[in-house]
Amino acid sequence: MLHLLQNALKAAQPSRRTFLKMSAGTVGGLIIAAKLPNTAQAAAQDGDFIQPFVHIRPDNTVVVLSKHLDKGQGVNTGLATLVADELDASWDQVTTEFAPSNPQVYANTLFGVQGTGGSTAIPNSFMQYRQAGAAAKAMLVAAAAQQWGVAADSISVSQGIVSDNAGHSATLGELAGLAAQQDIPSEPVLKTPDQWVYIGKSFPRVDTKNKSTGAPNTYTMDVHKDGMLVAVLARPPRFGGKPVSFDDTATRQVAGVVDVIQVPTGVAVLATSTWPAIQGAQTLSVEWDDSTAEMRSTTEIMAEMQDMVTKSGVNVRRDGDPEAALASADRVIEVDYEFPFLAHGAMEPLDIVMTFDGEKAEIWTASQIQTIDHNVASATLGIPFENVSINTLWAGGSFGRRAQGDAHPVAEAALITKALHEKGQSGVPVKVVWTREHDTAGGYYRPMSAHKVRVGLDADGNVTAWSHRMAAKSIVKGTPFEAFLMKDGVDHNMTEGAHDTTYAFPVFEMDQHFAETPVPVLWWRSVGHTHSAYVVETMVDRIARETGKDPVAYRLELLKDDPRKANVLKLAAEKAGWDQPVAEGRHRGVAVHKSFGSYVAEIAEISMRDDGTIKVEKVTCAVDCGIPINPDNIKAQIEGGIGYGLGAVLRNEITLTDGIVDQQNFDTYAPLRMSDMPEIDIHIVPSTEAPMGIGEPGTPPIGPAVANAIAAARKEWITVLPMTRHGLV
Amino acid sequence: MSVTLTINGEPRTIDADPDTPLLWVLRDELKMTGTKFGCGIASCGACTVHWDGMPIRSCQTYLADLEGANLTTIEGVNGKAAEAVQAAWVELDVPQCGYCQSGQVLAATALLAETPKPTDDDIDAAMDGNVCRCATYARIRKAIHLAAEKMEA
Repeated sequence: MLHLLQNALKAAQPSRRTFLKMSAGTVGGLIIAAKLPNTAQAAAQDGDFIQPFVHIRPDNTVVVLSKHLDKGQGVNTGLATLVADELDASWDQVTTEFAPSNPQVYANTLFGVQGTGGSTAIPNSFMQYRQAGAAAKAMLVAAAAQQWGVAADSISVSQGIVSDNAGHSATLGELAGLAAQQDIPSEPVLKTPDQWVYIGKSFPRVDTKNKSTGAPNTYTMDVHKDGMLVAVLARPPRFGGKPVSFDDTATRQVAGVVDVIQVPTGVAVLATSTWPAIQGAQTLSVEWDDSTAEMRSTTEIMAEMQDMVTKSGVNVRRDGDPEAALASADRVIEVDYEFPFLAHGAMEPLDIVMTFDGEKAEIWTASQIQTIDHNVASATLGIPFENVSINTLWAGGSFGRRAQGDAHPVAEAALITKALHEKGQSGVPVKVVWTREHDTAGGYYRPMSAHKVRVGLDADGNVTAWSHRMAAKSIVKGTPFEAFLMKDGVDHNMTEGAHDTTYAFPVFEMDQHFAETPVPVLWWRSVGHTHSAYVVETMVDRIARETGKDPVAYRLELLKDDPRKANVLKLAAEKAGWDQPVAEGRHRGVAVHKSFGSYVAEIAEISMRDDGTIKVEKVTCAVDCGIPINPDNIKAQIEGGIGYGLGAVLRNEITLTDGIVDQQNFDTYAPLRMSDMPEIDIHIVPSTEAPMGIGEPGTPPIGPAVANAIAAARKEWITVLPMTRHGLV
Repeated sequence: MSVTLTINGEPRTIDADPDTPLLWVLRDELKMTGTKFGCGIASCGACTVHWDGMPIRSCQTYLADLEGANLTTIEGVNGKAAEAVQAAWVELDVPQCGYCQSGQVLAATALLAETPKPTDDDIDAAMDGNVCRCATYARIRKAIHLAAEKMEA
């Protein structure tokens, strides 16, 4: 299918320079408002105010159009906050809708294409959505001035009411139609932080009520279209396996099954509803070609990676001469680490609804990178980009799983609808549903990896050299992301959080090795930081403990040039009572890490049960993510990020035996549950710095904080995950 | 096969294969999509509904066993405990992705109907079968305690 992807990003690629560039602050060329097409203008004459990011309806509803996917991280609420604040809307009149797929208007300004990921949603939208709100407000004020025959500067807006000193007053909805006819300000005046009414004050989520009452049409899984068929596939048992032939005699006996269609990724059973499609797929007999499939076990893949890290690899960073420094060190601590494949395990399995009538295609799905999904649909079906439309829906989680470079669910659905079209079933809607087993055993995992760290110490216990090598399959190499994310043969995502550590070591090196396997790998909440933070933070802790230093004080010594990181560490330590003895039977561990522009320190307090298992009792956390736009949502994301990371380090691994995944469902890939969840105490650092990501940064520190608490409890360093391997869970 | 049962107070006659899980009867036959498909093996609780007020996993409950059953789904859950739970969920902004929350709300409602003042251990025991991959557990716990207070008031 790779040939379909080679042009995946081309058609709508305004600029390559910005793709995934993790720097905020460049907001030039933002689209905040636009001349309307005729259809929109016609609607505007009916009393609507329609602009790319803000619609105001005559019924006084303010609709904020989200260019991002909300998969639980709360971005729709964040974007609504930005617009509502500059617009001075009342919060109960604000709602959100997902924007259509249109990279010219809705590109992530840090990617250059429309998409969500890397905790960039707020950083790239902060100015754009505020400007959109401010532009709308200026146009409403101009409309009021025109209607009332007063000067614009005598008009103010507060809580959704436009008024002046002469006693005029109107709602936003009443002025919407006239506002739509005003000139669009090119540089709307933004509020100063002291004028903010919602930013920084925990605007309530826009989706809570629907999600607490089982509201219909929220998720892709809930979409139903007249005449719709549900497709469930028999999928190859090994990665890289391909269907050769199938026997559907038994499948055709299942009441409700209407068709069976072979595609490159498996054999699709189409039925009038989901249950017969699942049963039909289970009864299908398929012959698979495993000639290019992964036949190895994960133990063999790990052994290969462990061998790789015994040698130098592709250098990412080198300061000084590490080998010479290690050779002359008083002693060397050498530690090997192993990290497993991890599935994302979002609650909503992958799913997509699609129609194709031979000319046009329409998609309903929780699209995370709309531009890739759009291009892959267009390329697979052989129709122009503008003949594809995407309706983005709320995602029942993603954690990275829906941000594929190959848009494989889209390609698969496109091939099925195309086959139906060719069979005379043109335009029949198809919902492709993945089962939990498909989701767990279907790959696109957090890459498994091996690390080797060698640290040289002098006679006083000072670090004289730090050498770190790692091996993993690259997430970006060989994908459409490579052109943007790899530079000079280096995949920075792989070693992020390790090669760029701000701990001050006099001699430093970081190398990477590219392992190869047909097992597809992908971003998993916090990407490289999922393993880099664990390695760096447990190693630093180990050095502190082995040289008789306090783990917090030692880190502060090394962080003299990183005041924001030092600050969150000090705050967490203070709030956790680090300088006080820990309660009887409890043990503490600390970790601090920067990811996606945000700084998070976590102190885990654990107890050991009589059977040797651990309970994480409490996590005290300090976070600096720049301007805290929605403190309650920041706390929610940190709570969730801690739980997500904790569940993984405690119990989760995907293993292969002779190429076949051993875990299939939540019974064998056991998620964190209520009784595992620690008490969490979060402290947000007040800041005037640019707002940065919050969806991911809570995850990296929890693993090492717990591992360091275990080391404090029983002097054992956990270097192979998950912790079930050591009888700790 | 035809099965007659009550869903959210309404009598319904379902004509489908008796081996069909209730989950798919609700979602596909009746288009009541608030009840979610998460795992299909009663391991995640996203498909939780009430049978005579008791939480059950609809993915492992089959139509053949439901003659005369009195079922409640997220679309129809009401009463003092349910209202308190849903109000607490909104007040504390519990959901993130939200996909598991129908099941969480029904499990919490059943807990509070049975145990109006649950301890943390009661909550662990009642809620451990309901997975939330966003790990909203800390807020679910707080919201159940808050709902208990609301019920007392």
